[in-house]
Parts: sequence; structure tokens; C-alpha cells
Amino acid sequence: MSAFPTISSIEDPAHEPIRFGFGRGLVRAGAADDRVVALCADLTESTQMHAFKERFPERFIEVGVAEQNLVTVASGMARAGRIPFTSSYAAFSPGRNWEQIKTTACLNDQPVKIVGSHTGLNVGPDGATHQMLEDIALMRVLPNMVVVAPGDSIEAEKATMALASNGSPGYLRLARDPTPIFTTDESPFTLGRAYVIRAGTDLSLLGTGTMTFELLVAAEVLDRTGVHAEVLHVPTVKPLDARTILASAAKTGLVVTAEEAQVAGGFGSAVAELLSAELPTRLVRLGVEDRFGESGRPRELLEKFGLTGEHIAARVQAVVTVGRK
Amino acid sequence: MSAPEEVDRLESIARDLRRSVLAMLAQAGSGHSAGPLGMAEIIAVMYFHTLRHDPARPDDPDRDIFILSHGHTAPILYAAMAHAGYFPTDELMTLRRLGSRLQGHPERTALPGLETTSGPLGCGLSQGAGIAYVSEHLDRSRKRFVYVAMGDGELNEGNIWEAAMFAAKYRLGNLIGLVDRNYIQIDGRTEEVMPLDDLAAKWRAFGWHTIETDGNSVSGLLAALGEARAVSDRPSAIIAHTVPGRGVDFMEYDYRWHGKPPTKDQALSAIDALEADARR
Ligand SMILES: [Mg+2]
Repeated sequence: MSAFPTISSIEDPAHEPIRFGFGRGLVRAGAADDRVVALCADLTESTQMHAFKERFPERFIEVGVAEQNLVTVASGMARAGRIPFTSSYAAFSPGRNWEQIKTTACLNDQPVKIVGSHTGLNVGPDGATHQMLEDIALMRVLPNMVVVAPGDSIEAEKATMALASNGSPGYLRLARDPTPIFTTDESPFTLGRAYVIRAGTDLSLLGTGTMTFELLVAAEVLDRTGVHAEVLHVPTVKPLDARTILASAAKTGLVVTAEEAQVAGGFGSAVAELLSAELPTRLVRLGVEDRFGESGRPRELLEKFGLTGEHIAARVQAVVTVGRK
Repeated sequence: MSAPEEVDRLESIARDLRRSVLAMLAQAGSGHSAGPLGMAEIIAVMYFHTLRHDPARPDDPDRDIFILSHGHTAPILYAAMAHAGYFPTDELMTLRRLGSRLQGHPERTALPGLETTSGPLGCGLSQGAGIAYVSEHLDRSRKRFVYVAMGDGELNEGNIWEAAMFAAKYRLGNLIGLVDRNYIQIDGRTEEVMPLDDLAAKWRAFGWHTIETDGNSVSGLLAALGEARAVSDRPSAIIAHTVPGRGVDFMEYDYRWHGKPPTKDQALSAIDALEADARR
């Protein structure tokens, strides 16, 4: 029934950092359109802009450790007809330069692309200063901004291509460490679309970014206990695909969201806003709950924060059990 | 040098722009007075002498670029754009009104001819540098000059100095910064709020060609701009010393006029003061 092909088995999937897909997508976007330029704040290899730099050296601009300048120079280049992709760690862009993004990209309506690599707990040992958890909230409140959190590296490549040609400001959320690949080259990607990637009847599991794969794992675990979860992959947090989400919520009557970000203001909040206004539905939001991260290996951190597939299954099981009393 | 008649013409335009600004502010009932009045010669020289532009074709790809980074001085920019023919002068009286294209701070998407949205300080020089970079390094078929006017209080912003380093590194000889050096900002005198001097030495240290001039002198500005345009291997900063509230005796040098408009009566007497100033 699913029009969204995923890998055939979630056992032992291939892994790759999501940022690698951005690096490939940017080269493809640059080859397809010579208006594409890339600006980086002293993190060219970390953010995977180095491939673009090698291929199109004249269209790569190093701005140094200056994130406010990064997006404002890009705004000027957009005014001069270019399509600028800017990259840094998300903790610094959009973490440090939010007002510049608001004024010179969004209000000024220029197609500046903010690429935040190194988001979520996935950053790992660098600790709380570098684990960007507030970016979804910061970006999705901005008019004109499109917010995308790809689920894996294959989708990140498609998202980069899509953002290169959509004509508006955009935010692309990447992750540093390898994460499972669950989409395929044939999986569709359209900005603003959510996808049912596993059909179910008892509840709706909605994931964005790295969390969608964990939801597939959780759904498998729940299935063995007789709970049939529908899994929706929601790579575009803004604009949210209301139709697809509401249809699933209407069918199951219980929605769970998961994100590697602050729940407050983030993806779960976006879904809460939608459901409370359009279709009040029981909702559980999983993510980071009003606290900072800490050093550790990415997997250890997901376990500590209860965000692995197994943890999510257990948390959902408790909710479903209570619901049945 | 510039002919005396040309200087007279531009001085006369600057007076017309000041008259418009006072009328606009009194009508709007809010806005900034001192900065726009002090900027009148700079803006008059830009829009009626130096800029290559065509008000009938605001998106002309060969136009020069003018960015007003300290967007709170918008009334003087709007006055110049109207007098140059971008829109009818009657529309100036809609400043800051609901539905007006003349937003309290310049909003690019609202009014053709504006190059950027500005107001939050510190962003204009970077945007100018981005445009200058494209012209200088990516699309050399279009040689254009990019002028960015900044307030002196605005130079407190770190973003400005990030842009200064960037423009020097990439040798943006087509980028010219115009610093409105009026020694005031909202909380008082610049040297008390956050000292800036020696300002010329700062720009020089950042790798810019630096020129100081009387920013209320048309001939001084024309000479400075001529010098700046001839420098092609570095960006240029023109530190234009201006008198805040210039032309209106009860506003000149008084930082309390930074952020408030004249009443209608004050505007009328200010316009009288301008006439007296013209005869001086
Ligand atoms: Mg000042």
C-alpha cells in the first residue's frame, strides 16, 4: 500500500552521516544551476562543502568564523541573483545569527539557505554546547522559511536539490555521525510532503530527521505485542503536511511524535498546534524535554534520553496500556 | 573639480529633501529627525549625482547599488527616491501609516527601488559586500559600484567588522562605505556610549582605503567619492563628518532629536530655519 519504498528490512541497515548526502546534493545542485554558490564559516569539510569547493572553486566563498556575516553576505549575493547555501554547525548558524536570518533572508525575502550540520544528540562527545536542539523551534517561527530535517543521507541529497530550486529561504537540518539509511533512491521527496512509510491502525508514529528510523524499529517491536502502529515520515517541518497527518490521526486516534530536538517549539509542538486546532487527538511528544544534552556516544545519549526504537516502543506501550484501561 | 553650479544644484536638492523630511515626520508623528537631516547632502549626492540608476527601471541589472544600513534614517532616503521619480512625492506623507509602502524602516518587498530590508543595525555592509563580491568575482560583465551608508553608532555592531574583514580579504574595490559620523546615538554621544575614535585608523587597520570629509559639504563628498571610486584594489570607507539635525538650529548637535519627530509647529519653524540657513 505504501507509495514510499523503504529498505526491505530494518535489521542491520547501512549507515552514513546525513551531512554526506548534503555534500553530494550541493555538487549536483551546483552542476545543474550555475547560480548556486556556497559559503562556509571555517567548517568546510565538517559541513561537507569541500566537494563543492573542489568542483566549483570560483563559487565557494570562505567567510571565516563569522556566522552573522555568513548569512548577511549570502543575502547580498541572493540580491545579486545567486542561490547561496551557507553552512556551519547549527549551534552557531542558526544558533548565533537568528536576527540576521529573520531580517535579511526572511523579511527581505531572499533565497538564502541555512545548512545546520551537527544537530541533535548525535553530535555526541562534543557535549551540550555543540548539540543543537533548538533549531527547529527557531526556524519554524520565521515567515517565508522552509524547514527540512531529512531522515537519512539519501533524502538529504534530494532535499538539497529541492531547496536549491524552491526560491525561498530554507533551513536544512543535518547530523554529524552515521545514522541508518532507510529510504531508497526511488523514495519520493517533495518539500512540504509527509509520507506514510508503514501502515497501521492503532496509533500514528510521526518522526522527523533521525527519529523516523527509530520509529520503524519501535513499530516492529510493538507489532510483536499486537499493537499495529502507522509510521509517518515528516521531513518537512514547515510547511507541515496537514492533510497526511490529519488523515492518519483520524484513523488511529493516538499520535506520537519523535524528534532529536527540544520538544518545546519543535516538531512535536508543530503537530500539537495542528491537532489542537483541527482535530483534537491524544498526543505524546517525544524528544528532549527542557534540558540540555551532555557528552557521550550518540547511541548512549539516545538511550539516556529514551529515544532509541526500543525505548520508544516501551514508552508507547505504557501509553497504549493506560489508554485501554 | 566639480563646477560651482553643480554644487549649488545639489545643495538646493539637499534643502528640498530636508523640507520633505520635516513635513513627513510631523505628519507621521513618530520617527527619527537628527540622522535624516544630517544625511541630506550624502543622499542628495548619491541619488542626484553619483549613482548610476534609472527610477523607471528599479531592477536594471546594470544599476549601481545604494544600501541604507542604518534604516532608521529612512525618511531622507524616501524623500530622495520620490524627488528622483521612483514614486510620487505625495506618497511621502504616508510614511509609517498602515498600508503604506513607506514602512518605518525600509522594507525591500514593499517598495521598488529599495535594495535591502534594513533597520536592525550592522547588516548592510555585509549585504553590500555580497553584492560587490558577485560583481567583482562572479559576474564581471557587470561592473557596478556598491555604496553602503552606515551610522556611527551602528559601528558598535560586531557584524560590521566581520564584513570589513571580508571585504578587505576579497579586495572589493567596488565597495564604498559611507559612515555618517555625527557623534550621536540613542543613549547619548558616541564617545560616551562606546568610544569609536580613532575611527579612520580602525578602518585602515582593517585594510580599507580611508577618507575623511565634511559630510555636509557637497564638494567635499564629491571629492571623496571620486577618490574612493578610483581605488580598485581595496574597499573604501568615507568617514563623513555630519552635523545631526543639520539645517535646523534647535536640533543641531542635540542627541535628544535622534529618535523623535518635530511637532507640526516645530516642523513649520524648522522649515523657516532652513530658508534662513539657505540665505546664510
Ligand atoms: Mg550617529
